[in-house]
Amino acid sequence: MLSYTIRRLLMLIPVLLGMTLITFSIVHLIPGSPAQTILGQNATEAAIKSLEESMGLNESYFKQYFLYIKGLLQGDLGTSLKSKAPIVKEIWPYIAGTFELTFFAMVFAVFVGVNAGIISAWKQNSWFDFLAMFVALIGVSIPVFWLALMEQWIFAQELGWFPAHGRQNNRDPIEAITYFYVIDTFIKMDFTQMVTALKHLVLPSIALGTIPMAIIARMTRSTMLEVMQSDYIRTVRAKGSGQFLIIYKHALKNAMIPVLTVIGLQTGVLLGGAILTETIFSWPGIGRYIFDAINYRDYPVIQSGILVIAFIFVMINLIVDLLYTYIDPRIKY
Amino acid sequence: MRSKRSKWSLLLMLMFLLMLVLSACGGGEDEPSEAEGDADTTETDDGSDATEDSGGEKTLVFARGGDSESLDPGSTSDGESSRVTRQVLETLIDFAPDSFELEPGLAKEWEVSDDGLKYTFYLQEGVKFHDGTDFNAEAVKINFDRFADPEHEYAFADHDYVYFMYSAMFGGHKGDEGHVVDEVVVVDDHTVEFNLNTPLGFFLQNMGMTYFAITSPAALEEYGPEINENPVGTGPFKFISWTKDDSIILEKNEDYWKEGLPKLDRLIFEVIPDNAARLIALRSGDIDIMDGLNPDDAAGVETDEDLTLYARDENNFGYVGFNVQNEPLDNELLRQAISHAIDREAIVDALYAGYGTVAKNPLPPSYLGYNDDVEGYQYDVEKAKEVLAEAGYEDGLEIDLWTMPVARPYMPDPEKTAEIIQNNLAEIGITVNIVREEWAPYLEKTAAGEHQIYMLGWSGTNGDPDYFLSSLLHGDLIGDSNREFYQSDKVDQLLNEAKVEIDQEKRADMYKEAQAIIAEDVPMVPLVHSTPVMASSSTVKNYVPHLSTSESLEEVDLE
Repeated sequence: MLSYTIRRLLMLIPVLLGMTLITFSIVHLIPGSPAQTILGQNATEAAIKSLEESMGLNESYFKQYFLYIKGLLQGDLGTSLKSKAPIVKEIWPYIAGTFELTFFAMVFAVFVGVNAGIISAWKQNSWFDFLAMFVALIGVSIPVFWLALMEQWIFAQELGWFPAHGRQNNRDPIEAITYFYVIDTFIKMDFTQMVTALKHLVLPSIALGTIPMAIIARMTRSTMLEVMQSDYIRTVRAKGSGQFLIIYKHALKNAMIPVLTVIGLQTGVLLGGAILTETIFSWPGIGRYIFDAINYRDYPVIQSGILVIAFIFVMINLIVDLLYTYIDPRIKY
Repeated sequence: MRSKRSKWSLLLMLMFLLMLVLSACGGGEDEPSEAEGDADTTETDDGSDATEDSGGEKTLVFARGGDSESLDPGSTSDGESSRVTRQVLETLIDFAPDSFELEPGLAKEWEVSDDGLKYTFYLQEGVKFHDGTDFNAEAVKINFDRFADPEHEYAFADHDYVYFMYSAMFGGHKGDEGHVVDEVVVVDDHTVEFNLNTPLGFFLQNMGMTYFAITSPAALEEYGPEINENPVGTGPFKFISWTKDDSIILEKNEDYWKEGLPKLDRLIFEVIPDNAARLIALRSGDIDIMDGLNPDDAAGVETDEDLTLYARDENNFGYVGFNVQNEPLDNELLRQAISHAIDREAIVDALYAGYGTVAKNPLPPSYLGYNDDVEGYQYDVEKAKEVLAEAGYEDGLEIDLWTMPVARPYMPDPEKTAEIIQNNLAEIGITVNIVREEWAPYLEKTAAGEHQIYMLGWSGTNGDPDYFLSSLLHGDLIGDSNREFYQSDKVDQLLNEAKVEIDQEKRADMYKEAQAIIAEDVPMVPLVHSTPVMASSSTVKNYVPHLSTSESLEEVDLE
């Protein structure tokens, strides 16, 4: 297993190198120059030319790419054209924001999704099954922005239970250490602030977690139904085991493999694609960071941002693959 | 059962562990940067202070749609940046709270020589920067030399700092042919002189622009190119911290030179990108003032007792421009026909919810030299058809209309505006194809003249007509900001003369004449002057939105 892990990690190198090449080419294919965006609509052509020159954008693509890769190998993700700050330093709070949100969204999605799926399979064709699958169907089809606005309207404006924007109360900011505010407040043992941070997470996590929750619920139900019809379950039942034990001890383990794959993929999707949720809930995350960069044609930020997301995506899938062996010891690498 | 549960908790633990490991990396990355570490510590100290005695603290949260680009005002033209730097840094001359009239700022008075080539500013005495150093004539000189000279030690040209608003307003940089500032001379500690190469009619107006605010020279030395994240000025509020895409926190400057100001203890600028979400935040009391209210929501805010509605005065105009160098729009009659066919009233009512006025000149009405005698082209379908026939297009024609991909205060819904125009022109037999481009290429391609008809607008920054008329319609700027490719010797001459004239009445006459000629030549159809709406909680007092979109919040109070 160790050699497998090492092999997988080595495979990262060509994967990420390929990613850089793809993002670099796409980014430079988008029409519109960053100099134009920076200088705005009243810029003179001469000003645009001279800024492009000073930003090194008049060099050949080959040379620009070479310089970028050279920097990457030295651990330098580049410098943002917009803020003029090194990306390595700037990107962390955004990654932390997205990670925290994704983590809680997935906790919600997995907990609700898996259990709803199990119960639906267990009580197949019951009213609960129909209701759960109906909700799941709505869950996959509901537009995130609509759900988010409804949540804000009901739980923030009308009931006032949860805050509807940002990661913290800006009137009383949380001191950032790791930028995972839940962890930061835990380190400082400041539980009032921890509650504030958690409250800010509730609405966006639900909005973000609804689609994965629905997918996981449907997936769990169908694999559970399949497993429940297999011979070994009949044997267990013949031995007199109770239904609850059969499901949670014997069936779930085997049903979990495809579900785990979905969880891994969905986590990756959320990490990179939370732009809508992040915008509506004013969540300073990586999706908004890259989206702004695209609008601004901030080439280094787009390239390095996508690279970081790709890296995380690959790592998560690696972890999922390693978890297979844990859940099903028959799987060997 | 037990083992199953432990496996689940293991999975959760693994994810948690991954977060911890990643966060540890993050912490490590942050350590080397001392400046940021310091800022963070300050933030905590103040943060806990605020919690302790929050009873007497007055904290105001101002929410807007986007984050600031930079907190170094000279090197940006971004309105969200000015809005914040306006509170921290001050200019030699101030604008009045509700107009572009000049008032003393860091300069208590000023003199202009008769030939308009020498401006002498007498500075306020006893003013200190937030870092404790003295504000004096030397500081003014260092700041303006920094804007003017890319070689200056604080120009940070090798870090891609470009002072493009300076070159736009003062005719270029040091060594350029059109650069009007010859030299800045320190006369004594509190007197500074600007010697000009040529007179500039709007020199004083320029001095009120947020872009030309005075930064502490000691801070320029200390922070170097990181000055864009560490503004240090003389303003009513001190900069505390900036969490990107989230919030900027400012704090009362206890030693502010204006007695009794500011009234707030803390000022927080928060980013809430979505207009609807921002209004919800206002209604639930999380924020106190919001910019960028949807015009459609204005009625709801007005009837709400807990909220106050504001409309900024007109300082912009949205327009439809023609590419007059190419067929078929080089035909003046065709342009006139189109002008008569567009129902501007309907556009104002449908898209601005009434918060706008129909425009007839490429200049906001409150401006110096606005020509109210220009009649403009009334909406008249029959007349339009007649003129169209006269132009030789009885059978109609097909035309491309480029529409902006982004909303701007002067054009809140460009797509719908384009559709209305499409319908309007269909009525007189012109088939309009709507062309869509992304923002940056849109600006590039229209500047290169690839369009036939396009939409854009312009917002004022120094309250001077030159900024509108010259930028948009001077022949020298064809291919830059003159996207009409309009060139009239008479207009160019008037604009050139008005630019160097320092008698404001004479300037007004010249701009009036220019507008009359422009109206006759129809290089563009001015559509609307919008009055962008905003809202605040009714506890907010003394808030006056300024035309320029950046107002000082020193007088604002909470009840």
